[in-house]
Amino acid sequence: MAFFFFKCALSLYLSGTLGYILFMVFQIKPMARISYGLLLAGFLSHSLTIALWYAQIGHFPVQTFGESLSFFAWAIIGVYLLIQVRFNILVLGSFLSPLAAVMMISSSFLPPLTGPANPLLQNIWLMVHVGTIFIGNGGFAIAFLAGVMYLIQERQIKSKHLGLLYHRLPSLEVLDALNYNCLILGFPFLTLGMLSGSVFAHYTLGIFWRWDPKEVWSLITWLLYAALLHGRLVAGWRGRRSAMISIVGFLILAFSFLGVNFLVKGYHSFSAFKVPAIEVQELLKRKNIR
Amino acid sequence: MEIVVIGLNHKTAPVDLRERLTGFLNQKGPALSSFKGITGLKETLFLTTCNRVETLFASEEPDQAIQNVVKYWAGGLLISPSDLQPTIYIYRADEAVRHLFRVAASLDSLVIGEPQILGQIKEAYREAVSHHTTGVVLNRLLHKTFSVAKRIRSETGIASHAVSISFAAVELAKKIFQDLSGKKVLLIGAGEMAELAAEHLLNNRVRKIIVANRTLERAIELARRWQGQAVSLEEIPSALLEADIVISSTGAPEMIILYPQVKFIMKQRKQRPLFFIDIAVPRDIEPKINEIDNVYLYDMDDLQGIVAQNMAERKQEALQAERIVQEEGIKFRSWLNRLEVVPTIIALRKKMEDIKQGEWKKNGAVLEGLTSEQQKAVDQMAGSIINKVLHDPISFLKDPGHEEHKDEKIDRIQKIFNLNKGMEED
Repeated sequence: MAFFFFKCALSLYLSGTLGYILFMVFQIKPMARISYGLLLAGFLSHSLTIALWYAQIGHFPVQTFGESLSFFAWAIIGVYLLIQVRFNILVLGSFLSPLAAVMMISSSFLPPLTGPANPLLQNIWLMVHVGTIFIGNGGFAIAFLAGVMYLIQERQIKSKHLGLLYHRLPSLEVLDALNYNCLILGFPFLTLGMLSGSVFAHYTLGIFWRWDPKEVWSLITWLLYAALLHGRLVAGWRGRRSAMISIVGFLILAFSFLGVNFLVKGYHSFSAFKVPAIEVQELLKRKNIR
Repeated sequence: MEIVVIGLNHKTAPVDLRERLTGFLNQKGPALSSFKGITGLKETLFLTTCNRVETLFASEEPDQAIQNVVKYWAGGLLISPSDLQPTIYIYRADEAVRHLFRVAASLDSLVIGEPQILGQIKEAYREAVSHHTTGVVLNRLLHKTFSVAKRIRSETGIASHAVSISFAAVELAKKIFQDLSGKKVLLIGAGEMAELAAEHLLNNRVRKIIVANRTLERAIELARRWQGQAVSLEEIPSALLEADIVISSTGAPEMIILYPQVKFIMKQRKQRPLFFIDIAVPRDIEPKINEIDNVYLYDMDDLQGIVAQNMAERKQEALQAERIVQEEGIKFRSWLNRLEVVPTIIALRKKMEDIKQGEWKKNGAVLEGLTSEQQKAVDQMAGSIINKVLHDPISFLKDPGHEEHKDEKIDRIQKIFNLNKGMEED
């Protein structure tokens, strides 16, 4: 059943993506409206998938890389659906939907969960931790896209070669405002996510912060975004600079999501979720003795 | 009935000839009523703009009507019809319809896609209607024309993107700031172009205009006109802190706004974007400032480049518009064809109805004896026999497949059913 809804969500996202691309190329407005509807329908179907997975394995479904990637896509689409209501930048969908679609396709090729669920993860704090982090990530993903769109548009205006994208992209002011709004949405959620994560760790392992690679990289991301927000508010870091930092920030964030899992090992790695790493077992032992 | 356009425009006739013709036609009161005197015109419409003088008419004897109009125009210009001939164009039937569509959609204008022409045609039509010179054909044609022009406007990019310097500047400002209301404009120096740009910006509801000029009196005068603020040239640095858009057009031989100055100002402005439009020749603003973050500089050449690019784009879009013109022209033709077969269809029906009435009378005695329900049934039966008999000849008439032989078709049906007599009586 969950598989069916997942496929539904995937196909709806793909058709939405196609629609948004057609909209961008041919400038047919109703196309964008339809695509928005498709993404919304996909999002609902996706939400149902996640709920069903939850029911199946008994905890929030972010144990495998595939599940997490799908949840990341869910968060991006969700934040987009909300942002779109406020900003109404149709062309944003043309940039965002391919990103989400690629994540969903990758997710569909990744192996599903095998073996028993990890009892450590059967905890409500997992949902709070991962949920808030990923809503934050969704915000940063859109801030990243806004940054990319800003740089393209700025390049066109500065170089005085007004190409096809010039007419299709919104004004610099709107893109900058979008970037800012996504940052102020993403930052508190990232902060909450990190705090709830440390509470979760303390609750299950008896320790708040372990300098795990993922934790370190998240901290770096957090510091970068904190600096950017500070710069924006105090020193007027707007436009190009904010766009660049948002892009770098999201790339680091993507690295701490992807790279940390594959390049370095830590207890945040998906492989460690299945068979708890030795050090985690030790921590657990120590906690039980205490 | 044939639709004809006779006219001259900026491409075919020099301006003084167009002026003289307009003058002559207008001097006889409303030009339209004077056309009523010309024989052979059934419906007319008269259009004059600064680039064209045209008359559109529908006529049963188009050859004669064309000659009459040309003769009338030539007479008014005091030249012979053969001298007038090379400066005018005559479009007939489908060509005339397409020409009108093209004119209304501004495909035939000096500046492709300019919006005024449609309004001028609407005005001409209103005038024609008020003089009762239009009928079924032109009414339908004009309404079709308006919808075709609208369709072209919305389905092609023919009217998108500015093709004048000042509009191009406003368009750019909107791509930087989105909403111009609430923005402040600093005008340095005054000139026709700068004033035009300022007017456009005011139309976009900018909040305030600050005018800086070498002679303060002139600045005050302009500031008063736009309810703005006048400052001296020395006050420009502080005005730069306030303004969002700067239009510079002084006659100064040297640059008056330099890179270090703007760099410094941007820090004080906390990087709020600043858009410079330098329409002075020689330039007023150091080109290098375009490299500063959140500062955008366009000079006269840049703006002209954009205008040229937009013009080229409109020409490209015009090709698509021509396709719509063709398509709509065909639709109109088939309507006109149907209109032409209508009298024959009416005559056919009338003839059948007459036969039915005749038979009814002949058999009056027998029919009287029936109940009213039975009478009704007989009447209905006769009616449906008529409908079924007429179905094929009527579809034959309406069939657009044989458009070329339309007259022959009408003639054949009229001969078979011997309708000519009946139609002449009407």
